[in-house]
This record gives sequence, structure tokens and C-alpha cells, in this order.
Amino acid sequence: MTDTATASPISAADGSNAPYDVARVREDFPILTRLVHERPGRPGKPLVYLDNAASAQKPRAVIEAMTRFLEQDYANVHRGVHFLSQRSTDLYEGTRDKVARFLNAPARETIVFTRNATEAFNLVAQTWGRANLKAGDAVLISEMEHHANIVPWQLLRDQTGIQLKVAPILDDGSLDMDAFAGLLTPEVKLVAVTHGSNVLGTINPVKDIARLAHAKGITVLFDGSQAAVHGPVDVQAIDADFYVMTGHKLYGPTGIGVLYGRKALLDAMPPYQGGGDMISTVSFARTTYREAPYRFEAGTPPIIEGIGLGAAIDYVTALGMDAIQAHEQRLLAYASERLQEIEGLRIIGTAPRKAAILSFTIDGIHPHDIGTLLDRGGVAVRVGRHCAEPLMDRFGVGATARASFGLYNTEAEADALVEAVTACKAFFG
Amino acid sequence: MFDDLRDLYQEVILDHGKNPRNFGRPEAFNRTARGDNPLCGDKIAVYLTLADDGTIRDVHFDGRGCAISQASASLMTDILRGKSTAEAEALFGAFHDMCTKDEDQWTDHGAVDEDAMDKLQVLSGVREFPMRVKCATLAWHTMRAALHGEATTSTENAGF
Repeated sequence: MTDTATASPISAADGSNAPYDVARVREDFPILTRLVHERPGRPGKPLVYLDNAASAQKPRAVIEAMTRFLEQDYANVHRGVHFLSQRSTDLYEGTRDKVARFLNAPARETIVFTRNATEAFNLVAQTWGRANLKAGDAVLISEMEHHANIVPWQLLRDQTGIQLKVAPILDDGSLDMDAFAGLLTPEVKLVAVTHGSNVLGTINPVKDIARLAHAKGITVLFDGSQAAVHGPVDVQAIDADFYVMTGHKLYGPTGIGVLYGRKALLDAMPPYQGGGDMISTVSFARTTYREAPYRFEAGTPPIIEGIGLGAAIDYVTALGMDAIQAHEQRLLAYASERLQEIEGLRIIGTAPRKAAILSFTIDGIHPHDIGTLLDRGGVAVRVGRHCAEPLMDRFGVGATARASFGLYNTEAEADALVEAVTACKAFFG
Repeated sequence: MFDDLRDLYQEVILDHGKNPRNFGRPEAFNRTARGDNPLCGDKIAVYLTLADDGTIRDVHFDGRGCAISQASASLMTDILRGKSTAEAEALFGAFHDMCTKDEDQWTDHGAVDEDAMDKLQVLSGVREFPMRVKCATLAWHTMRAALHGEATTSTENAGF
């Protein structure tokens, strides 16, 4: 999601101006045809999957790429002279090239594979953080961060005596940019904020954030776990020093995440975990480490997951991230309008720039009850604190229900959500 | 749309959920604990007034939660008033079994107030909803923590 982009005209994968064909897209996802809550004598309900911000479903292209890889090409990577090991290495490393292109990173060496987004934050905290931060230095995060971008800094704080500062947000869920700028004090050495909120949907002005931080010599890290699946990302255009994303929200498999890091930063960082694959030479007296990104990838990597992520990137790239963004923005506008027709329903997060994530509460009905009822209607949403407890406190709610849309969702599914919420209100009436 | 949810959300539950009994922090109490379900954000507090002989003279609760957890807490406060500590423990055990185990696996918790168990029967529907069991048992775990003099309990580390 480039910083200045609004939804661009819808275009098909072949570059023509054919409309985004969501019915055709849905055929690529086997799980979307299944029914849920089937019982003897009672037909199931069609699945309305609106929990994409937690994890997205997988297209056949991803499922088949992983199966084909296991049936035809599988071996360990980076260490064998035999045919399959070379083949496996080529395919796995091919995904590094795909990720680099997907994020418009300047070089494949700037892409580090991790287990998930969470590990990427921990990696930066424990390598860059430990090497570059000392007691009294500060990391500035925001009030809308996921626990994955809070707790690793608290661990580092407990280890080294750094401070954690928190930039506030406005009532509509936007980052308070005036307050943010004011918090860029000399002790701040890292700004670590989300590109897109998993609860509010807010897309933060990352380019402005990077510019303000860089003007003071502060390094920036962006959490792209949500934003990178809803629109195009260009880490060079936004001038990110670190950028984190995850595979399973991008229609790829679980078990693989990505850390982009500016090459000069990665090259100067000490290793993360120790083990095989990350070393140059090992003796009992002294071990030397490989260059980035391999220095940060100890042990056998998530090879099969890497193949799946490569296929997922091919898939969304063929559809076009601009086209996906336009489709989701249309859905967001439609679903927001329809939900707001429901009396007593409050949408949490109404920033002008949003991804297709709708958190809401209903007067008098606890989100957990909403979740159970919607589920019986076939509508899968997330309820709870969404790994963002401080944000729940900010809005004075214990929890919310969250509907999050993906590239295969439809207006009819937004209608199904509204219908189920309306029935839920009647049930508890 | 939700016909088969009537087993989970029986009228008694909807009633207690909307109009919880013994709700609010009382002026006097001598045992209290907070209970937390971090998965759904529910937080409640239970306030007990124990007599010298261990009889539960009064029970109140406050906090926020779903219809199931509010109703369960409300029912519990009604049921426990006047019970001995041992009776409360026995009810906890029997209720926990009812919410989490098939009937042939229920264990002997000693003398259990059958009338009370009949009233708690309305919550047995959670058995079919594994994600909601903790909603029903949160108040009871919190009550037990208060009895045992523990300040807090959480559904994520108390072996719920």
C-alpha cells in the first residue's frame, strides 16, 4: 500500500480493463464452497469467511505448489550436492526473489525469512536492538500496536533498561501525528509502528513517519502484517529501514514470515539464533558467521512453507495488488454503510484511510455472544481483544467483534453479515 | 437462524445475563478475587462474606462479560448464599464436571446440593461449545480463588 495511493482503477491480471471477477476468484479457493454446522437432517450454512485479518484461506495454486514440491522436488536446502537438494534450494531461494520484488526491495539479500511476523520483531529487538540501544534510549511505538510489536520491546527493556514510549491515536483511530512528531525526542532511536492496524483497519502515513524519524536520525520499522495483504507495498518509496510481513495472511501457509532490512543495517547486526546454515566456519575456539540474510536463518528453514509463500505471491501478483485493493475498498465502503444502519452498532476505527477491517460493538451484547451467534449463521468473525489489549482500553471496550475482508469476499457476504448481526440483536432483544 | 442456540442461551440465561443478581461491589466483604479471561476480555470480581464457621453469608460480583459468564456469575451468587465452604467446593467440582465432561466421567465430589445443580443445568449447553466453557466457569474459578485467599485467577493458567 503505497503511501499516497488511493484505490486505482480496477485492472485484470493481463493488464486489460476487465472488471475484477470475484466469482472467478472464489473458484480458486476450495474451502469457500464448504458448508459449516451440518448435522443429520439439517443442511449446513454456506461459509462466510470474514476472519481474514487473523488468517486468510489458501488458493489451490498454493496448495498444489506445496503438494507438487513434496511429491517431486523436496530435499533439504543449501547443503546437498545432489539433484533434489539443488532443485529445492533453487525453488526456496526463488521465493526470496519473489518477496523482494513484491516489496520492491532493492536486493534479495535484504529479505530474511522468519517463522512468522512475531519472530521478525523479536529478531530486530534481540539483534539490532541489543547492538544499538543502551539504557535510557527509547523505542517509540503507537497505541494501536499488536502485542507482537509491544512485548519484544518490553523484553528488551527488561534486559537493557531502554524506555518504551507510546504515540497516542485520535478518536477515529488515526495516529495523532502532532503528538507523534512531538515524541521524537533525542533519546528515541527506533520508531516501530504498524503500517495497518489489525483492529481499526487504519493505514498509517508511513512515508511521513519515516521522513519525520529520519530527519532526526531515527531508524524506522513498520509492521506490514495487515497492510501488505490489502494493497501494494514499496519499501523504498516509503523509506522503511525494517519492514515485517507474514505469509499466512497473504493467502500463503503458516510458519513463514519476512523481515526486510536495509542492507547496511542487516550487515552490521549480530546473529539471532545459533546453529547450522548461519555459519561460515566453526571450531570450538571460534565461529564465524555468514553474511545477511543467512546469518539470521539458523537451522533447516521453512522450506515447504517458502514454496507456498512463493506461490501465494505469484497468485496475488497475477490478480494485481491494485485490483485487490480496489475490490476490498469497495467492499469496505459497502459493508461500513450497511453496518452503520444497525441501531446500537458502533464501528471502532473510522480513519479516512483504512484497510477492509471492521471492528464493532453492539449496545448490550457482548462480542463473544455476537461471535457465537454469527458463527451459527455461517459467518466467521473474530471476537476478543485481537492481541491489542492497550487499544481496547483506549476505546473503553473489553473486546470487539471484527469482520475482516479479503480478496475473495463479496457484497452478498457483507449482506449476510448484516443479516446475521440483525438477527443477533433480535435474539438478545 | 439461531434455533439450535436456544440450548446454549436458555431464557434463564438471557434473563440473568441482562439483569444480573447481586451485581456490584458490596460495602462489606472479607474475601475477594479477580478473574480474567484474556481470550475474550472478560474480567470479573467476586466478593464473599464468610462467617467465622466458614459459611458463605453473602456473595456479590461485578465486572463485564458475555451473557454466559454474567448469567453464570449471577446464578452462582444466588446459589452459594448460606452454603458452607465444603458445599461450595463440592458444587464447584460438580458444576465443572457438568460443563466439561460426559456424564459417565463425572467424579464424586461428596454431598452436592441437587436443587442447586438443577438450577445450574441451564448452563450445561456450553458442553457443546468448547470455546464457551471458560465463560461459564470463570465466576466459579474466581469464587474458589477468593475462598483460597488468592487475589487473581486467569482462565489461561488455572487449569480451567
